[in-house]
Amino acid sequence: MSTDVVVLGVGLHPFGRFPGKTAIQMGVDASRLALADAGVAWSDIQFGFGGSREVDNPDAVTSRLGLTGIPFMDVYNGCATAATALALTADKIRTGEYEIGIAVGMDKHDPGAFTSDPTYYAAPEWYGEVGHFLTTKFFAMKINRYMHDHGISHQTLARVAAKNYRNGALNPNAFRRKPLSEDDILASKMLNYPLRHYMFCTPDEGAAAVVLCSAEYAKRLTDDPIFLRAATVRTRRYGAFEVHASWAAVEQDAAPTVYASQAAYEQAGIGPNDVDVAQLQDTDAGAEIIHMAENGLCADGEQERLIAEGATEIGGSLPINTDGGLIANGEPIGASGLRQVYELVLQLRGQAGERQVPGNPKVGYGQLYGAPGTAGVTILSK
Amino acid sequence: MARVAFAPDVFTDTDPPELIGSRCGQCAAVAFPFQSTCARCGADTERHLLPRRGTLWTFTTQDFLPKEPYAGGETPDTFQPFGVGLIELVGPDGPVVRVEGRLTIGDPEQLRIGDEFELVLVPFRTDPDGTEVVTFAFAPVGGQS
Repeated sequence: MSTDVVVLGVGLHPFGRFPGKTAIQMGVDASRLALADAGVAWSDIQFGFGGSREVDNPDAVTSRLGLTGIPFMDVYNGCATAATALALTADKIRTGEYEIGIAVGMDKHDPGAFTSDPTYYAAPEWYGEVGHFLTTKFFAMKINRYMHDHGISHQTLARVAAKNYRNGALNPNAFRRKPLSEDDILASKMLNYPLRHYMFCTPDEGAAAVVLCSAEYAKRLTDDPIFLRAATVRTRRYGAFEVHASWAAVEQDAAPTVYASQAAYEQAGIGPNDVDVAQLQDTDAGAEIIHMAENGLCADGEQERLIAEGATEIGGSLPINTDGGLIANGEPIGASGLRQVYELVLQLRGQAGERQVPGNPKVGYGQLYGAPGTAGVTILSK
Repeated sequence: MARVAFAPDVFTDTDPPELIGSRCGQCAAVAFPFQSTCARCGADTERHLLPRRGTLWTFTTQDFLPKEPYAGGETPDTFQPFGVGLIELVGPDGPVVRVEGRLTIGDPEQLRIGDEFELVLVPFRTDPDGTEVVTFAFAPVGGQS
């Protein structure tokens, strides 16, 4: 027995830097907004999943929302944390175990590239000591090879970043809201060739929450439901070129995003041609370009032409990262994927204001990717 | 003056040095550094020395001082950018594994995917007692660095 899953409500605490405000409080604020948007009370919520990297115990939001005794489970799964919380919440509704639940993500990171103990990622201890334990370095090596193989130019990297800053300027919840020209971006400091300072997102702070329920439950509250058609998570296979690894196999396999994406399309019964608006993991401008192809939204190399023609702009044929993506919003890991769902829901409801995709979009697509080689995909539709 | 490796069991104490990897007893998949079980099939592995030469599969540059646990000992003022590459090491029977390592070239204009590189040891840092710590790196074959 299984039931359709509806996204009943979404809430978002702005992304940025909020000195003096705790991650838990941001999670509480986002949860209250999601409950209000859903038209339900906290006491209606039957279970929850919380995601965070910095917060040991996201479940502490319950102490500010009401200690109702519900099962509340905490997850951490790298940059795919939010996708994991969402997928688990959806599963418990789809199988009929519960009727309504909440996924909450929150984080509060220090500025600058993430760091950790490499042994926690099954990398050798010396890997960090010699200066290789950096996600930025991996993304740079991946896009450099991709540019070589598929004819992507440095200008296209700048176009992607400029588009995301432009979209971020239209988003009151974004962190970086100042438009930057392609020239500004190409003149910024090189961090890891070919990627420059303004081509990267930054770890920051924020929270997001999503209330999910069964289609039956939703009938009482909305005539116009947004369905969660798929939520998948996949890890790297042998042969994928992945972050935080001191070596790669000669025998090559596709990235985990490809497998998460294929599984999501299958689960949703929706194909890449049906996608009207997408939010893709743009840890850097190159990642957005690669992820367009890994998610089946174009062929390898086609991005050079599509992006030059403006296809990925808000008014284009394939709008991507309409809220500014990670580049303009930054990445509070626990919340990042739920931010994507928040934006997709606004777009499908026609509530995205200045950044609304025209033409009444019906299918929204979200994708996360991160260390140590985990991807999550979400598909929504009216 | 003492000269020591930056970490044990990464390369051999021979001239020339060789990287110490592992090879799966079941499926022959090769990894670096040594890991006791196979990344492809999970079976037990054996110590396996890697070919010293190969081609540059991809590269980047490290243009900013990494945060801890980086232990190069530089300050933001003394830090010199370095190249990082993935070298596809080639043995008598063809490519064996791709290994990530420092490159002796840090200028991206002088690096090309497909160029031939070989294993070398390079100074990593000098400790307060004068001990020179060395790490492995890849240099262009023919030494045009």
